[in-house]
Amino acid sequence: MTGQRLFQGPDWDFPTLQRIHDACEEIAHSELGLNVYPNQIEVITAEQMLDAYCSVGMPLFYKHWSFGKHFAYQQASYRKGLMGLAYEIVINSSPCISYLMEENTATMQTLVIAHAAFGHNHFFKNNYLFKQWTDADGILDYLDFAKAYIAQCEDRHGRLAVEQTLDAAHALMSHGINRYPGKKLPDLRVEEKRAAQRRQHEESMFNDLWRTIPTGPVKSVQTLSAERRRALLGLPQENLLYFLEKTAPRLQPWQREVLRIVRHIAQYFYPQSQTKVMNEGTATYVHYRIMNRLHQQGQLSDGNFLEFLSSHTNVVFQPDFDNKYFSGFNPYALGFAMMQDIERIVTKPEDEDREWFPDIAGKGDTMGVLRDVWANYRDESFVSQFLSPRLMRHFRMFHLHDDPAETAGIKVEAIHDERGYRRVRRALSRSYDVGFIDANIEVVDVDLAGDRHLMLRHTVLNGAQLNDTDAKRVLQHLADLWTYNVSLVEQDTTGKVLKEYVANPRGLAAVA
Amino acid sequence: MVAIHIVDRRLNPGSKSLENRQRFLRRAKALVQQAVKKSSHERDIKDVLEGGEVSIPLDGMDEPRFRREGGTRDMVLPGNKKFIEGDMLPRSGGGGGKAGGAGEGDSEDAFRFVLSREEFVDLFLDDLELPDLAKRKLAEVESEGLRRAGFATSGSPANISISRTVSRAMARRVALRRPKPDEIAALEAELLVCDDEARRAVLLAEIEALKAKAKRIPFIDPIDIRYRRFETTPKPIAQAVMFCLMDVSGSMTEHMKDLAKRFYTLLYIFLKRRYRHVEIVFIRHTDRAEEVDEDTFFHGPASGGTLVSSALQEMHEIVRSRFRPADWNIYAAQASDGDNSTSDSEVTGRLLTEKILPVCQFFAYLEVGQDAGLTFEMPDSSLWSLYERLRLAGAPLSMRKVCERSEIFPVFHDLFQRRVRQERAP
Repeated sequence: MTGQRLFQGPDWDFPTLQRIHDACEEIAHSELGLNVYPNQIEVITAEQMLDAYCSVGMPLFYKHWSFGKHFAYQQASYRKGLMGLAYEIVINSSPCISYLMEENTATMQTLVIAHAAFGHNHFFKNNYLFKQWTDADGILDYLDFAKAYIAQCEDRHGRLAVEQTLDAAHALMSHGINRYPGKKLPDLRVEEKRAAQRRQHEESMFNDLWRTIPTGPVKSVQTLSAERRRALLGLPQENLLYFLEKTAPRLQPWQREVLRIVRHIAQYFYPQSQTKVMNEGTATYVHYRIMNRLHQQGQLSDGNFLEFLSSHTNVVFQPDFDNKYFSGFNPYALGFAMMQDIERIVTKPEDEDREWFPDIAGKGDTMGVLRDVWANYRDESFVSQFLSPRLMRHFRMFHLHDDPAETAGIKVEAIHDERGYRRVRRALSRSYDVGFIDANIEVVDVDLAGDRHLMLRHTVLNGAQLNDTDAKRVLQHLADLWTYNVSLVEQDTTGKVLKEYVANPRGLAAVA
Repeated sequence: MVAIHIVDRRLNPGSKSLENRQRFLRRAKALVQQAVKKSSHERDIKDVLEGGEVSIPLDGMDEPRFRREGGTRDMVLPGNKKFIEGDMLPRSGGGGGKAGGAGEGDSEDAFRFVLSREEFVDLFLDDLELPDLAKRKLAEVESEGLRRAGFATSGSPANISISRTVSRAMARRVALRRPKPDEIAALEAELLVCDDEARRAVLLAEIEALKAKAKRIPFIDPIDIRYRRFETTPKPIAQAVMFCLMDVSGSMTEHMKDLAKRFYTLLYIFLKRRYRHVEIVFIRHTDRAEEVDEDTFFHGPASGGTLVSSALQEMHEIVRSRFRPADWNIYAAQASDGDNSTSDSEVTGRLLTEKILPVCQFFAYLEVGQDAGLTFEMPDSSLWSLYERLRLAGAPLSMRKVCERSEIFPVFHDLFQRRVRQERAP
């Protein structure tokens, strides 16, 4: 097959990008059967890339000093050459926006378009977590609304008050996520409208007279049973931001809205943290297939293809545990290896594969199997289902168990042999399980009749307690929002109390 | 085919993070300021202005999260070479049993980042202020300047605003329907070729009427004329001159000169930020004084006795001939090891109090000591005693002793520190 070369040499212009995109799209549709959001490709400079890094990759974001801090830090390390910049950033939105760096060569632009605009894009559109938790159509508008809303709050209520609220909300961001899907799919556009309606309602209902009416004698306190009270408040509640937004007694309406914004954004990023291996694996597999096909068709010259192979190899490099560059499993390497392994199992299975993967071994339809995997798994379930013994041997994986109580040292629990496959696989899968990664902290009770004391519980797993300094600081933020005392108890699974924290609220500028 | 958009964002305004960065600096101001001071101790004065990396402690700038640590941990690692199930690996390194590739702790106790030149200097000089000591009155004397202030209906012919006048005239002509020369010319051309008597009469009458109307409505009327108007506005004095006086007699070592140079540099940076235009005059003296260029000032060899009055006299001459005190803010800094011949004291004192101090915004005397010396051990020199006496008698002098490079900035800072104003007290 001889095709027209897409480009010659390293230079590209905008028509080239268009040609590259069309060529990739052709392969993505006809051969890989990908189903993607419409693409929007934006070319940016290194400086803009740095900017994007610091607002968690989003094109627009509200203003906060912490982003400035990250910017200063990243700029410093970039200037010193400690850090290279990504070739691209891709945003889970519809249209799916990919940022390409202007200094990429034409080959790199091809790689990046195949990787982001088709690989990631397909994953965003089809994976169940993204479908469940994110609203790709609404996110950009919602961010725009969030930015404007927070700027407006700063005008109305002062920068300091907004900053303090945001600081507190950011501290609790990791615990502002709904982990179980509700009845409704997220719809950020409706969300934005509702926010506007709430404000309008408040304004139309405002009547200063109510403030002047003397309050009558306190109504007889009807003591609720503890059970009833908890049911009314929806306790126990692990989404701390949601709980504060709904029940914190003295928050201003705009503060609740700010908490809500932070919560929505945290929720938007929730699937990404659970699918790093799959997401990168998918994108890497897709770009690898597309680039190979382009080369076969003669659209890519041998020289360009070698350039691609060189950067592809760097991307999927997995250093060994005793290598100085080692920092855990490289999601690109593991993901790509697993995707390729599935392709092998589907097309050329061995006896071992037939035994381990009876459902897919020898099925023949690689893309059908992969598309199904991409749609229905997250890292944890993906590893626990599809990590094959052959791949464990390839990576020479072993499982270490580090018990501080054991003085003799760290135990090698299992290795890549017949006895160990299942245990290694289970341990690796568990290391991707958010249920084990995040601290399990819940609101358990509120002393409504008394001093409105808020009680939290951290259920300690495997003896891993909270970092003391950080826990105190976060709790301080929590108390500032709650405006009454807050306590946090650390309990192990038997119910034994390991540690207790108490925080008293400081006077916030907004409340004063 | 799905539509695809390719957008070139490179021309979009960059530095979207600028505001976030400013917020960060504002929040970290106290910390950054300390860091700036600290790093300025370590640097050469020449590089102080260059901005650069500072490191601040993370305290107060951290973003806390609930983080877990300790406990039993399980990890799966790649690259097994020799382990088999059941091996125990010793904890503290050794034999490839690296305790935790997975546990990279957050040991980010200091935060390093780069400040731009402006940010650095801003923070560096933020809490400093120029003193206005004796010359308060002079500082308030302002020269007057002219400023454009719109247009007026009267004024001198030199100030006629032609464009404004012509455009008003045109508006008036259009409004009053002044016949255009083209129209008249067209009618006249028609008249030339016209044979019909009746028509000629009509045309003639029409041409007459138009000409009369054009005459009644002048091309430019006196009411059209506008003059550019100027207002006098007080103009702050935006220039300063800095006199560097230094004793270069044999007793001044290279180290002492270096100290003096550092002080002068700081003063220069500081003045440069306050005034649009800063001039520097270098006067060196032994037993006679001369104005020299910078290089000679710091490096040129000279020998002789020491007469401080000669330098003051020279400065007085230069002020009188080139820097009218009404137009210039005059700053002077004198550096010396303190030697002065006893007979000169009286002349020096008189020159200083009568001639120099009255025209100066600020006069600083820096006594520099030996390299290894200790500031508090420096004996009062003859010049120091003299200035001290004058100061106690009420002369607005600032004086400090310095031995070490590291003391320069604190001394400078001390001299210019923003003081709580006392003048509010009745």
